[in-house]
Amino acid sequence: MTSLVIAEHDNRTLKDATAKTVAAAMQLGAPVHVLVAGHDCRTVADAAAKLSGVEKVLLADSAAYAKLLPEPMEQLIVSLAPSYDAILAPATSNGKNYMPRVAARLDVAQISEILAVESPDTFRRPIYAGNAIETVQAPPGKKVITVRIAAFRPVEETGAAPIENVSGPADPQLSSFVGEELSKSERPELTSAKIIISGGRGLQSGENFHLLEKIADRLHAAIGASRAAVDAGFVPNDYQVGQTGKVVAPDLYIAVGISGAIQHLAGMKDSKVIAAINKDEEAPIFQVADFGLVGDLFRLIPELDQELARLGY
Amino acid sequence: MKILVPVKRVIDFNVKVRVKADQTGVDLANVKMAMNPFDEIAVEEALRLREKGKATEVIAVSIGPQAAQETIRTALAMGADRGILVKAEGTVEPLAVAKILKAICDEEKPGLVILGKQAIDDDSNQTGQMLAALLGWPQGTFAHRLELGETSAKVEREIDGGLQTVDLKLPAIITTDLRLNEPRYASLPNIMKAKKKPIAEKTPADYGVDTTPRLKVLKVTEPPKRQAGVKVKTAAELIGKLRDAGVI
Repeated sequence: MTSLVIAEHDNRTLKDATAKTVAAAMQLGAPVHVLVAGHDCRTVADAAAKLSGVEKVLLADSAAYAKLLPEPMEQLIVSLAPSYDAILAPATSNGKNYMPRVAARLDVAQISEILAVESPDTFRRPIYAGNAIETVQAPPGKKVITVRIAAFRPVEETGAAPIENVSGPADPQLSSFVGEELSKSERPELTSAKIIISGGRGLQSGENFHLLEKIADRLHAAIGASRAAVDAGFVPNDYQVGQTGKVVAPDLYIAVGISGAIQHLAGMKDSKVIAAINKDEEAPIFQVADFGLVGDLFRLIPELDQELARLGY
Repeated sequence: MKILVPVKRVIDFNVKVRVKADQTGVDLANVKMAMNPFDEIAVEEALRLREKGKATEVIAVSIGPQAAQETIRTALAMGADRGILVKAEGTVEPLAVAKILKAICDEEKPGLVILGKQAIDDDSNQTGQMLAALLGWPQGTFAHRLELGETSAKVEREIDGGLQTVDLKLPAIITTDLRLNEPRYASLPNIMKAKKKPIAEKTPADYGVDTTPRLKVLKVTEPPKRQAGVKVKTAAELIGKLRDAGVI
């Protein structure tokens, strides 16, 4: 049979999370279809059709799916489920929202946030905030899976899959979208950035995050923060990297004024290279950092900025 | 309106977990246990609604071993009115928990069920959403702010990239995120009072639910360890190293 991947998008662009979830689905060994549910989202379906390995794209275009609200998404995915062995979604705030509803309706146990596919029925997933890794085997029957996107590399874009229109049951109208406040930033998104520079309580104020912005602009980096910095009100909550924030795995993670609490490490320790700047040389962040620089960040960050400028970044 | 608040007994969040040498799980022997932190936030939110006169009764439910009674007592000491303990040994997966909670909702008919968004042991993040689907109710997950009206609830949710507000028809399911509120500490007089509050004892069989796990845990292992690297002396040296590593 076949695997179905639920696309992550904003009705205009297909998110990287989808290509990564397709990569996980390919490892199940079955053909992969992608469902694009949204409103006026044909361009997203066109982008999904280009993902390598995808055999078919299903496009469900309706106002009911514009914000991927969980109640209509559940109805749509459950109505398509009879044709599929496995249904996968990225473990984004959307995927986490609608997928357990699908699992409950299909009467199967969901496997949350897989890190690796060991075999078509066996998966590794983090428990205890990543302090332990569980290997679980699913019983025969349908599988409902969410995928930790930081753990998979996106598939290429060399495909040309056909797009087929589908529709689901009528919107149950249990909930309605009122509004949203999205952080507007020219910088890359935290979960897909190649470089992240994050600040912690050591920055002492929200204004001081401007120091990091200069470096971020030079390196085309995203800006993150520790929970301590978010709780102190320095930056909005969507900056938070950690167990209860975003889990990231960029090529380079630069931690500035972050001590390295377990809950923060859980969100970034899979980064390829970690650099840390902290005035306390005993800070736990140095135990995971490839490169550590001990000293006052208010002196070191401007120095870093000058050096990058000198080198033409 | 009644509010139902499920609470889970988990390893205290301050305890560093250790994986057992035989890879069968993490070591729970002689480890401090506590209420799942997200569930404390759920209890707090329910209590605030009752204190504002928007709810009449707060019922704490726990599904777990006899010792989970302590977790219910914690909720009662914070101010919940009564408890229901559904005794079950071993792992009870989110789907089975949701089925038991559904049966309790059918009996108690709450207007709202407030749950933690996830338990800090299995990190599944499923139970609230599953319960919502089984009941056919709307959900407001990862709640940052909750405004309860007569027939609907407005929920501001933490989503990737910001905040989203949705309007839910009641009855509804809410799951809590960290910044919804700061849970209170139980005062000594309230801890004493909590001892007299009723806790009903049930079993999954009373609700016709089979709690046999669907997933088979083959092993539990330590995550790969990162090695500490080198210390550099200057900002320029750091940039040199990052260039050598090919990441900038």
